[in-house]
Amino acid sequence: MDWGSIFIDGILATIGPVTAAYAISAIGLNLQFGYAGLLNFGHVAFMLVGAYGMAITVEFGGPLWLGVIIGVLVAMFLGFLLGLPTLRLRADYLAITTIAAAEAIRLVVRSSWAEPLTNGVFGIQGFADSFFALNPFPPAELYGIGSLVVTGRKLWVMIVGWTIAVLFMLLVRRLMRSPWGRVIKAIREDEDATTSLGKNVFAYKLQALMIGGAIGGVAGMLLAIDQQNVTPDAYLPQVTFILYVIVILGGAGTILGPIVGAVVFQFLFFTIDALMVNAQADIGWVGDLLTPAAAGQVKLVLVGIGMMVLMVFRPQGILGSREEALIDER
Amino acid sequence: MFWLAAIAIVALSPIASIAAGESIGGRLLQTAGDEKIPTAGVTIIVSQDGTEIGSGESDAEGSWEIPVPGAGVYEVVLDTATLPDGVGLTNPDATELSDVNVREGQAKKVIFPLGEGTTSSVSTYERVGALFVSGLKLGAIIALCAVGLSLVYGVTGLVNFAHAEMVTLGAVTAYFFHASPVGPQWSLLVASIPAILVGAGFGALQETAIWRPLRARHMGLVSMMVVSIGLSFAIRHLILIVFGGEPRAYPDFAGQPPIEILGISVVPKNLVTIGVALLVLAGVGLFLQKSRAGTAMRAVSDDADLAESSGIDVNRIILITWSLAGGLAALGGIFFGLNEAVQWDMGFSLLLLIFAAVVLGGLGTAYGAMVGGFVVGVIVEMSTLFVPNELKTAVGLIVLILMLLIRPQGLFGTKERIG
Repeated sequence: MDWGSIFIDGILATIGPVTAAYAISAIGLNLQFGYAGLLNFGHVAFMLVGAYGMAITVEFGGPLWLGVIIGVLVAMFLGFLLGLPTLRLRADYLAITTIAAAEAIRLVVRSSWAEPLTNGVFGIQGFADSFFALNPFPPAELYGIGSLVVTGRKLWVMIVGWTIAVLFMLLVRRLMRSPWGRVIKAIREDEDATTSLGKNVFAYKLQALMIGGAIGGVAGMLLAIDQQNVTPDAYLPQVTFILYVIVILGGAGTILGPIVGAVVFQFLFFTIDALMVNAQADIGWVGDLLTPAAAGQVKLVLVGIGMMVLMVFRPQGILGSREEALIDER
Repeated sequence: MFWLAAIAIVALSPIASIAAGESIGGRLLQTAGDEKIPTAGVTIIVSQDGTEIGSGESDAEGSWEIPVPGAGVYEVVLDTATLPDGVGLTNPDATELSDVNVREGQAKKVIFPLGEGTTSSVSTYERVGALFVSGLKLGAIIALCAVGLSLVYGVTGLVNFAHAEMVTLGAVTAYFFHASPVGPQWSLLVASIPAILVGAGFGALQETAIWRPLRARHMGLVSMMVVSIGLSFAIRHLILIVFGGEPRAYPDFAGQPPIEILGISVVPKNLVTIGVALLVLAGVGLFLQKSRAGTAMRAVSDDADLAESSGIDVNRIILITWSLAGGLAALGGIFFGLNEAVQWDMGFSLLLLIFAAVVLGGLGTAYGAMVGGFVVGVIVEMSTLFVPNELKTAVGLIVLILMLLIRPQGLFGTKERIG
């Protein structure tokens, strides 16, 4: 087994644009789930509508910057629509509705009905040329140390992605230290008490859902720009589950949690995957036990087990405090 | 004919793998009565954006595989002229699969269902009637699965996402006893018995190994729901590893010829599914109304503390509820596998419709879940009269969301539950 290359691949995946996009999306989910206590299990839908809002705008001749604005607006509007019927209900209803809505949206986007707009299962490609035209690095050049290298194209997406992640992190920190953020946290702790103080709890929750959704939308756009491709089947419910693992792992309701969670999660995810694939090929009994395809699935079993174990034994994750992590009885 | 179309859609599920090169392949099997005969020497052509990429011929086993240059969307065409005499596509319009999406490293499997050549011309009456029966069948399956989910919610307050995997486990276990080369190869009827027992046992195991200890730690319901999502995710992919990614059909009752009832063409196994489900659900109703355990179950569901103080062993009742839920889910899974196909994510694909049924009837109400199941099943299938087939699940989910808007407590629920 080539430990060096496994490690390098893990590092490259960890610092890559996908991790940045997951970190951004997790920042949005953390605002909803970690701070406001909203059990949004359809977060992937915000990423989907953000990415499609942008791609469709460019497809119809709009500039990319307009697409980004429209993507954000569509994601906020989705939060508004989803929140209206469900935020007055209990947490489990919100969870069921959001996951159902996310699947319904994906099914509609990939259907033949929506094809004139979304191009169905084929998706939309090549909408981010103007983004890559701004790239100051020669796209084919290699940057890095030793074998830890990325192309100039990748580097450009990485720099933009991680900059956005840090900006959103600072934005959420600012929000949470404002009076608005204190009300949001108060709602998480005791909704009735907050209502009795004359706060419109419903409006605050709706705002948290919409802002978190907009951040999720930006994450979807970054993923789409990195691939120059949006297809509906990249937005399966399991993306939301992975984002939950990231948020809980990093520490729900903490400023740095989503970024730390995304980095740690991606490193473990890719390293374990590389280990399993290598073990399958090189170690006899593992190869007898698992087919190559099955070896690639082991990491997903571990994601599920990790989610359970974290929730039971360390619900506060890496950075959180135990008292704040008891996200219950609301 | 509708279930045949369903097989063709189900067959396109992706299995991600990173190592191998991309290809498209499959196995051509002609369904004749209960038998599946490999069809050799049939030419299949793969093209992309109108340009031919490659072609291949099915071998003596009926297998064919055509390598493709990379991930992307391809069209796959079966050359009907090369089919043997007397063999045709069961859906004559489906000679071309136009949106075959191959992922990186994937060996994509596609299915062309073959049978005796048929032509499709059905009247509106026949179509509506067949869809209604098909809706009742789907409703019966959903109802079987939904009752257990709702009962467990009633006695513990937990929305258990891993219920989906109890459905899959039932279907997969039945497949093992029925058709696996290493299994005993019993008939499906016999194989259902151990499958239901395994389902019930798995329900009881979940309760004793996970949920009871977590209740003892006073873990909140929301955290427990997140745990159930993790459990569902882990088991689903474990089943994927063990069972593989391909959909498989039970050999028994496969390709059953339809019969005519009141001018509507119906596959007998659909009727059996509906009939058995109604009997079982009636049995569950009787159990809840008449038996001691059933009465205690309703009592715990109403008020666990009060039930405990009147001498009911709450933990025992919860254990019985979990076993019942597991057994019912396994039975639902077997019927789902019988009518569609056995697949690793079949339960998860049904889960959201089960949720829709449970919410429609009212979370925590057993009878509501039964009625909700049939209503959702019929709405989903009948909706294909107006929307494309691929959108029918979305219709079910939209019904769920609308119900929450109009009457969040559901048809049979009481208001205070939703708080």
